[in-house]
Amino acid sequence: MSVILEGRDITRDYIVSGGFMRGAKTVRALHGISFSLEQGKTLAIVGESGCGKSTLARILTLIDPANSGDLIIEGEKIDIATRKVTSDLRAKVQIVFQNPYSSLNPRQKVGEVLTEPLIINTDVPAAERRKRAEEMLVKVGLERQHYNRYPHMFSGGQRQRIAIARALMLNPQILVLDEPVSALDLSVQAQVLNLLKDLQDEFNLTYVFISHDLSVVRYFADEVMVMNSGEVVEYASRDEIFTNPQHDYTKTLLAATPVADVDKIRERVARRKALFEGA
Amino acid sequence: MSLLKIRNLTVEFDTAQGPFRAVDGIDVEVSEREVLAIVGESGSGKSVSMLAVMGLLPPTAKITADEITYAGRDMLKMSGAERRKIIGKEISMIFQEPISSLNPSFTCGFQIEEVLHRHLGLKGRAAKARALELFEAVGIPDPERRLKSYPHQLSGGQCQRVMIAMAIACKPRLLIADEPTTALDVTIQKQILDLLMGLQEEYGMGLIMITHDMGVVAETADRVSVQFKGRKMEEADVLSLFEAPQHPYTRALLAALPENATGDRLLTVADGWEGVQ
Repeated sequence: MSVILEGRDITRDYIVSGGFMRGAKTVRALHGISFSLEQGKTLAIVGESGCGKSTLARILTLIDPANSGDLIIEGEKIDIATRKVTSDLRAKVQIVFQNPYSSLNPRQKVGEVLTEPLIINTDVPAAERRKRAEEMLVKVGLERQHYNRYPHMFSGGQRQRIAIARALMLNPQILVLDEPVSALDLSVQAQVLNLLKDLQDEFNLTYVFISHDLSVVRYFADEVMVMNSGEVVEYASRDEIFTNPQHDYTKTLLAATPVADVDKIRERVARRKALFEGA
Repeated sequence: MSLLKIRNLTVEFDTAQGPFRAVDGIDVEVSEREVLAIVGESGSGKSVSMLAVMGLLPPTAKITADEITYAGRDMLKMSGAERRKIIGKEISMIFQEPISSLNPSFTCGFQIEEVLHRHLGLKGRAAKARALELFEAVGIPDPERRLKSYPHQLSGGQCQRVMIAMAIACKPRLLIADEPTTALDVTIQKQILDLLMGLQEEYGMGLIMITHDMGVVAETADRVSVQFKGRKMEEADVLSLFEAPQHPYTRALLAALPENATGDRLLTVADGWEGVQ
C-alpha cells in the first residue's frame, strides 16, 4: 500500500481583530499536525467544535494554505501559498460538506451542480459532461431524470447524495468528508454511510472523515486522530483507540458518547427505581 | 399519578397540496417523576405534538384531540389566560437551539427575572437573588457576571444552561425538552443530560424528552414512545424496547445504529421494513 496523503507539522494561524484601538491578535488554530494515510483507507478526525478539524479540512482540500509545515499528496509537496492550484491537483482532492441544505446552490439545477467541476477543471464537451453527470447520479442511488431538478425538490439524504456525486465528478483519489452524516436522520445516515463504503470499494477512494460522532467513526474508520484545541492528542488505529484509549481526552470523549447498551440501561433503571421508591 | 394525558391528538396544516396531517392520532401520557422519551426521525411529528400542547403552533394549525388534560384539568376548554398561567410555570419547555431561543437584545439575567416576575411576582432584589440561585443550580461558572451577559457572549452549552435555569425557575411539574442536546458537542451533551436528569430526580418532575438519538433515549428514559410519520409505532418501557423491540420500525431503527453494525454494512430502515408508508 502506498501513502497518498501526508501532513508534516502543519500549522495554521488566524489573525483576529483585537477590537477598537487594540492590535490584532494571532490565534493558532493548528499546532503542528502530522499524519500519513494510505490509499483506500479512511482516517477519521475526531474532536469537538473549535478543535481545528474543519481548519485542517480546508488545508487538505487546498482551500486555505498552511502557515508552516508540509502537505504531501502522492509524494509531491504542495504549497498553495506560492503556487496556484492546477486543475489536475484540484481533481485529486474533493470535499463533501456537513450541511447539504447550504452546500448546494438553490438556483442551480442538479445537472449544473454536477457539471460545473468539469467545466472549470476540464475541457470535456457538453454532451459528454451530461452523460457523465447522469451516470454519476445513478451511481449515488439517484435517477437520470433528476438531472433537471432543483435541490429543494430533494430530501436531506438525497441532497447529500448529490453533494457526494459532485465531489466524485472529477474522479478524485482523496475525499474529505466534513461531518457528512451529522445533519441526517439515523436511517438515512445508514444509507449514506453504506453508499460511501460502496464508492470507496469501487473507486479505491481514500477518505478523510471528520466527525464528532464516535459510534459512526468506530463503524467507518481505519485510523483515528483525536484533536483538541488544535493539537493531536491521540493518533492510532481504530481498534486501539476504542479498546485501549491512552489520552485522558479520548477517554472523556468515549465516556460522554451515549450508547444503547442493554446492561447499562438495566443498571440505570434499577438505580432510578431504588431512588424513587426509597423517597 | 398521570400528569399530562393526551388522547387521539391530530394536527393538520393546510398546504397548497391540501391538508397535511403532521400528527395522526397520537396518545401521550406521562406521570410525575417519570421520563418519557418520544423518539422519531424528522417528520415524525414528535415536536409538533408537544408544541400543540404548549399552544405554540401558528393559528393555521388545526388541532383536535379527544382529551388533553394536565393534572386532571382539561386544557382544551381553557382560555388563553388560564393556559398562560400554567405554561412556563407548571409546564415548561426547552428547545433545540439554545442560542436562538434566547432573546439577543436582553441580558440573561433580565430574561430569567422576567419569568420570575411574571409567574411568581418576584421583583428587584428578590428576583436577582433567585436568578443567581438558579444559575448556580444549573452549574453556570461565575454566575454573578453571567447574569449581566448577553446570549452571544456565552457558548452553546452555557446558553442551554440558561434556558434550563429559566425552565426550572418556577419548579415546574412537567418539563418538555425538545432535542435539548442536538446542537451540542458530546462532552457538553453529557453535562447537560446529567444536569437535566439530576434536576428531574431532585424535583421529581415529569420529563418528556424529544429526541432522535437512541443513545440519549438509552441514557435517560423510563418509557419510550416511537413515532413515525405522525403515528405511534410502539410504546414500551426502556428496557423492553432495547431488549425486545416489538414493532418492525423500532427494530429497523435499532439496526441502523452504527454500533449495532453486523459485518460491513448497516441495515437501513428501507432494508428492514416496508410497512406503513
